[in-house]
Amino acid sequence: MSKITMGQGLNRAIDEAMAEDEGVILLGEDVAAKQGGGVFKISAGLTEKYGEHRIRATPISEQAIMGACVGAALTGFRPIAEIMLMNFVTVCMDQIVNHAAKLRFMSGGQTNVPLVIRTTTGVGVGFGGQHSDMLEAWFAHVPGLKIVTPSNAADAQGLMRAAIACNDPVIFIENILCYGLQSDDPGANHVVPLGKAAVTQEGRDVSIITYGRTVLDALEVAGQLKDEGISAEVIDLRTIAPFDEEAVLASVKKTGRAIVLHEAVKAFGTGAEISARINEKLFGQLKAPVVRIGGAFSAVPMANVLEQAWIPNKDEIKEAARAAVKWGN
Amino acid sequence: MDRDKLLDIYTRTMRIARFDEQMRSVIMSGKLATLYYTVRGQELVTAAMMAAANKDDYLVTTYRGQHDQIAKGVPLDLLIAEIAGRETGTCKGKGGSMHITHPATGVMVTTGVVGSGLPIANGLALASQNRKDGKITICCFGDGATNIGAFHESMNMAQLYGLPVIFFCQNNRYGEHTAFADHTKVENIALRAAAYNMKAIHVDGNDTEAMYAAAVEAVEHARSGKGPVLLEAMCYRMMGHFFGADFSYMPPDHLAEMAAEDPLPKLRKLMLDHQFSEEELDGMVATLDKEIEDAMTFAFESPFPSAAELTVDVFEEKIVEGRYGA
Repeated sequence: MSKITMGQGLNRAIDEAMAEDEGVILLGEDVAAKQGGGVFKISAGLTEKYGEHRIRATPISEQAIMGACVGAALTGFRPIAEIMLMNFVTVCMDQIVNHAAKLRFMSGGQTNVPLVIRTTTGVGVGFGGQHSDMLEAWFAHVPGLKIVTPSNAADAQGLMRAAIACNDPVIFIENILCYGLQSDDPGANHVVPLGKAAVTQEGRDVSIITYGRTVLDALEVAGQLKDEGISAEVIDLRTIAPFDEEAVLASVKKTGRAIVLHEAVKAFGTGAEISARINEKLFGQLKAPVVRIGGAFSAVPMANVLEQAWIPNKDEIKEAARAAVKWGN
Repeated sequence: MDRDKLLDIYTRTMRIARFDEQMRSVIMSGKLATLYYTVRGQELVTAAMMAAANKDDYLVTTYRGQHDQIAKGVPLDLLIAEIAGRETGTCKGKGGSMHITHPATGVMVTTGVVGSGLPIANGLALASQNRKDGKITICCFGDGATNIGAFHESMNMAQLYGLPVIFFCQNNRYGEHTAFADHTKVENIALRAAAYNMKAIHVDGNDTEAMYAAAVEAVEHARSGKGPVLLEAMCYRMMGHFFGADFSYMPPDHLAEMAAEDPLPKLRKLMLDHQFSEEELDGMVATLDKEIEDAMTFAFESPFPSAAELTVDVFEEKIVEGRYGA
């Protein structure tokens, strides 16, 4: 079977959506052919097909990019805003939080913002404190925003199609380390619905609930735990907000133990919300306390040794699974 | 000046003026407790601007935007019901005076954040440019908004793409409590257009004929595909930042200058010069007062929204308990 990379999957999904609807446009720094089709080449080849009026290379002006996308979306366009790195969303938070997220509600449903905010981030490449953060919890706290992150190439393609089709703003987080990941080619017009988690590894003893790049770590750990007789289930949320509570609760009901794992800083992260909901809904059925694993409480460091100490590691996940299984046994 | 056009501007101006007076009166009476940003002094600039535009052109405005919305044609009954937080309001009572939206008259966004409308206006204009639908976008803001980063990013992007947008700066000489000279070192806002190679028009907004001519020039420029315009209309905010707020920080000479330049008596004089009679003008105002009175009755007799509205319009789909942590 032929393979595609995550980068190719994203490019294909955007290409398909642009071919289908004139209202799908892309705005971002360096995204047009003249600048090489984006720093990660996700929009390569699209300017040649759809023109510079639809693939709009922008100045380094995140507020203007985001606002222009909000405005175009209000008229029924389906813009994609590329914010080169997730830390740069901090300079256009007003447009995202006060406008994109709230205009449907504040207008009493007269307008809506079908917007995709594509952005890249990730810890592990030595980009340091202002180019690595996972800020999904900030957005998950804002009513009106959906947040998506793929862990593999096929999902990247399918989730991007669903995000573009969504009639509300979607923040689409791409992990910088995952662009080269390969999947079996899912073919044309592949769609992965928003809000649906995937059980990527079935298991009986402990549920590892995660998303994005750490799904890979969880799967690797689950494989290693098998040798120790521990059967770990891995849930890839795919959509972080609103997350698939049904799938999470079904899994934890079965295993009685849950580890919530993410790359973002652990304190006040999405893991806290997921853990709280498990506790609220399954209090009497848990065999062990819900455990959170996430990044350290500091800026993401540059030195590789520090960066590796910062990020959740596989031993930590393995140890948490072993400890969880000891409860009630 | 064309008599019909003058009448159009007069009607829009007085609809705003009478509305504003009635709003202040209903708040003073205690019948309505709400944050209201009075538009006293800025009636004419926007009446002339909107009289030069089309009904289906887009408008983006700010929390001090009731005059822009009325000039654009938002029905008074829906507008007042929204300000009063009723389910019959433009936004079902979910937006209020700072967030009026009424796409039927082109009012796409009213923002409560200073300067945030400009980037969005570019997007509306960009969509029109791609669709070739012939619409322009008018973006209203005050002098205070021109010192926030979004203003500069938006001006540059609009000129870069040649967008059909009018940046309509109603320079009312105060940003909240701070006088123009205390927040900006250039002599006027129009000068800033040069930094973006953008067409600029600077006009005395209290001079009806000059203001209307400037509006027509801006509209023609934007609609003809020549790109954006920064139109600065000089006017006065004749009361405090919001209604009821202290404005003793305005010095006596400013207050005197403001009173002398009040656009309402000046416009009335212009109407008389154009052979409209006192009786005709009074009759028109009486008709507007009746319209406002009916709108007030409609608004205050309308029900408040139900709590179930909290689960609607957050997303396209309703908020279901459990799924969103509710």
